Amino acid sequence: MTEPLDLPVGELAHLVQTGAVSALEVAQLSLARIERSAALGAFLHVAEEQVMQAARHLDERRSRGETLGALAGVPIAVKDALCTLDAPTTAGSRILTRQPDGTCPDDSGAWRPPYDATCVARLRGADALIIAKTNMDEFAMGSSNENSGFFPAKNPWDPQRVPGGSSGGSAVAVASGAVVGALGSDTGGSIRQPAAFCGVVGVKPSYGRVSRYGLLAFASSLDQVGPMARDVRGAARLLQAIAGHDALDSTTSQDPVGDYEQACDEDARGLRVGVPRQYFEAGIDDEIREATDTAIAALQTRGCTLRELDMPHTHYGVSTYYVLATAEAASNLSRYDGVRFGLRVEGDSGQDIHSMYSATRGSGFGSEVKRRIMLGTYALSAGYYDAYYVKAQRVRTLMRRDFDRAFETVDVIAAPSSPTPAFKLGERSRDPLSMYMADVYTLPASLAGVAALSVPIGTTRPSEGRKPLPIGLQLMAPAGSERTMLRAAAEWERARGTPAPIPPVEA
Amino acid sequence: MALTKEQVLHVARLANLSLTDEEVHQAAEDLGKILDHVAQLQELDTDGVPATAHVRVSEMPLRADVAVPGLATSAVLAESPRISAGGFAVPKFMDEE
Repeated sequence: MTEPLDLPVGELAHLVQTGAVSALEVAQLSLARIERSAALGAFLHVAEEQVMQAARHLDERRSRGETLGALAGVPIAVKDALCTLDAPTTAGSRILTRQPDGTCPDDSGAWRPPYDATCVARLRGADALIIAKTNMDEFAMGSSNENSGFFPAKNPWDPQRVPGGSSGGSAVAVASGAVVGALGSDTGGSIRQPAAFCGVVGVKPSYGRVSRYGLLAFASSLDQVGPMARDVRGAARLLQAIAGHDALDSTTSQDPVGDYEQACDEDARGLRVGVPRQYFEAGIDDEIREATDTAIAALQTRGCTLRELDMPHTHYGVSTYYVLATAEAASNLSRYDGVRFGLRVEGDSGQDIHSMYSATRGSGFGSEVKRRIMLGTYALSAGYYDAYYVKAQRVRTLMRRDFDRAFETVDVIAAPSSPTPAFKLGERSRDPLSMYMADVYTLPASLAGVAALSVPIGTTRPSEGRKPLPIGLQLMAPAGSERTMLRAAAEWERARGTPAPIPPVEA
Repeated sequence: MALTKEQVLHVARLANLSLTDEEVHQAAEDLGKILDHVAQLQELDTDGVPATAHVRVSEMPLRADVAVPGLATSAVLAESPRISAGGFAVPKFMDEE
């Protein structure tokens, strides 16, 4: 009999809904796995008491004959950039703690929000168990989880390698089997790339499909919250629970939310799949190119038609993003000033408020955050605003037009999620620009605001120096067309036949 | 090309960031390299291309002008490093000369 935590999302929810397994038992199983996997560094806070209480309450309601929600008893981990009522929330940063020297948020007097993020509230409303907050690159700035203010997270496929970022902890939590689903956030690839590195499904909804209320903001015109799960259907059910207009976030779409699980049942015959040649040029790992070609050919065998695309502005993505996102971040992160929440570094009585701001921010922010704030500030400063910020905004339009043109002739775009598999800890952390290049394939979809996901398509071959590492296929669809890309991703899973490989258990 | 120390300090002051000498030196190099890469944007002809400030929102949606409850003051002040007289206490600030 399959262990409850290894079941797909919907099947586990069904068992809890019918009472075949208690929510309390599921919570305990998840807590045990969370503890056993501690060395991977996926979690910043485990909400043990809260989740046990929630699980008991759920079991009581069921025993009274109440119908439980679509995610009943499903343990879900939530990226620490999302506000969870009365539970530590740090966005991976020491500036949201009281003491920068504690070893983890629980020791360091982490900030406790007075409200749940909308996504978190909606998951609770579906009776999910919010069990833990996951590790991340500080303020979502990073592609490896090495920029966490606390400790790095490690890839369960090879703990000497990164899990990707910035939603590294969420990807590890799902890949290791400690939780059944997770929420991450994606600004330039921060769900898709760690999903690819860890061998799980990760969805970046189209901009405005999911509320950002309660997501500690990095770049407001790019951020999106999205689900991670071991299979497409699981991600679809999570997305269903969180998607939709929110009066608390005026950038959310009024468009009705489609039936995402039902999309997974539709076959993809006749779907037009575009393959942009710019995603297959120099710099892509041979095995990734091969695996991606094979997966796309499999879609063709299942009845999709293929078409080559030309998306000429793809390689301007890194430059465009690192001007616009950093400019928006410089503005968003100005709220961390020591006044109302988090860290305050107050000197002697002679200090004025500006010294307090600078000392607090200098001490509380890590080096990548400071670097990006400075970059963004520079791009917005007098004399540089037109050449950098406005220029980048115009190039963003050119990149959107690449997608508009592509979607005139195809329904979905297929490409690699990342040019390389998971790299080693420390390999890119000294060279910011090389780290930024890790996102080259995920940035364009973020800049255009379209829907995108990563689905696992296999692993690299084991070799002398290297364990097998997951490879992800990226599928992109027009804004609002999440159903189309879920349909294509589910078709791939059917073509693959067997479930996605799981990380080998360490002896 | 690296930024100058003065450029870094200027930006750091605008951003209210206090940096060590080592951080200033590293930033000058790092930011210089990144900006060198970003210069590739100048290759593109963007005459007549409108700027995208936002991918979705063209008009700001409005809501009815009806008061709704917000956070309780106690919740707002609960996490403040220092409070005084029902507000956030901060070091004094002086007018710019």
